[in-house]
Amino acid sequence: MRNLLIFITKYNAFFLFIIFEVSALLIYIKYNSFQKATFINSANQVTGNLYARADELNSYLSLRDANEQLAKENAALRNQLKSSFYVDTLAKQKVTDTVYKQQYEYTLAKVINNSVNKRDNYITINRGSKEGIAKNMGVICADGVVGIVMYVSDHLAVVQSLLHKDTHISAMLADNHAIGSLIWGDDLDPHKALLVNITNNVKPRMGELVVTSGYSLFPAGVPLGKVVNLHTKSGGFFLNMEVALSVDFSKLQYVNVVNNKYAQQQADLEAQEKQE
Amino acid sequence: MTRTILINFMRFIALIFVQVFLLKNITLYNLSIPYLYILFILLLPFEIPNALLFALAFLMGIIIDAFYDTPGLHASACVLLAFVRILFISITVQKDGFDNDPEPTLSIMGFRWFFTYALILTMFHHFFLFNLEVFRWSEIQYTFSRFILSSLFTVFLMLVSGLLFFRRKERK
Repeated sequence: MRNLLIFITKYNAFFLFIIFEVSALLIYIKYNSFQKATFINSANQVTGNLYARADELNSYLSLRDANEQLAKENAALRNQLKSSFYVDTLAKQKVTDTVYKQQYEYTLAKVINNSVNKRDNYITINRGSKEGIAKNMGVICADGVVGIVMYVSDHLAVVQSLLHKDTHISAMLADNHAIGSLIWGDDLDPHKALLVNITNNVKPRMGELVVTSGYSLFPAGVPLGKVVNLHTKSGGFFLNMEVALSVDFSKLQYVNVVNNKYAQQQADLEAQEKQE
Repeated sequence: MTRTILINFMRFIALIFVQVFLLKNITLYNLSIPYLYILFILLLPFEIPNALLFALAFLMGIIIDAFYDTPGLHASACVLLAFVRILFISITVQKDGFDNDPEPTLSIMGFRWFFTYALILTMFHHFFLFNLEVFRWSEIQYTFSRFILSSLFTVFLMLVSGLLFFRRKERK
């Protein structure tokens, strides 16, 4: 017993190393396999607050870009106004339309933390469960798809960016409606992604638009990017192509969180089918 | 003694701020990412007890993890770094011969020793960090180039900050 104690005190550095290293690795592995919202992330009180402060400064510096983007969006929206169309029928009567019922709801949020240079990137936004954000909602911005909500606290949420190795988004080619899925490539380029699992009888064009399909969390037709390279990397029965992303993730400022009102119904229905 | 604690505490805060708000946004060609915050663990005084050294390294790592959204990743790399530091110092520095609690800084230990010390410890830390982050062999080539270039960048920043806070007549 005495000898054991002497042995341990003599090599205390090694034993301390084992203890601390194992506890650190346990935290790392636990977090990775269960993807739980632990309190050690950027949505907690202290780090969230600090990031919000730093972002206030940052947003002031990029006001010009934000203004330009807003002006462009205004112009685009104004084009859709009724008053900008020429009315060629004389009499109009008002009809309360019950055909349309709102399916998607959008909540504006500001990006307060963002990264593009890691293997798995996350975005923190300043809206949380108090504003109706929940896990697995889609996030888009004016240019296209941004990511999926992962963790939610009262007033903040962490979004798993499109630039993440576990993000798969159901996508389609805009012109011939072939369905595939969009993933981020291995070379970690924040402007490129891969469109995979398109069956090889499809003839895609260079520069063809890639949009979300209706099977995803997102409304159908939200832009993702453009096909820039058709070479098949690992071929077989499927085509893989390179897509230039339409969103510039390094300049992300404002995003919209999409709430699909029928997502719960759809999930319940599909769960029934699995039980049988 | 109180002075050493105060200096190290201020260094702790300053390095976290520099890492999180400045260096986090710097990446050269998506390859070279500096992690200067480990300088805190490198510059702790020689006589620090092992238990305290490991605890501080773990704390530093977990705080950086909180900002980077990677719980445990930086903490485990920092603990490894602390262990390598103990081995390196026990091999290269004889225990007695210092009068007033010296620290392993550039101005006290000289350029050659400090450069080797910083380079070896940084390489251990970065190699472990990048491989744990990616965690697959298929990207080993890319990981390796990131590891080498990031280590060079970090060591460069360490030398720059060492020269910036160079105090001349500390050791004769």
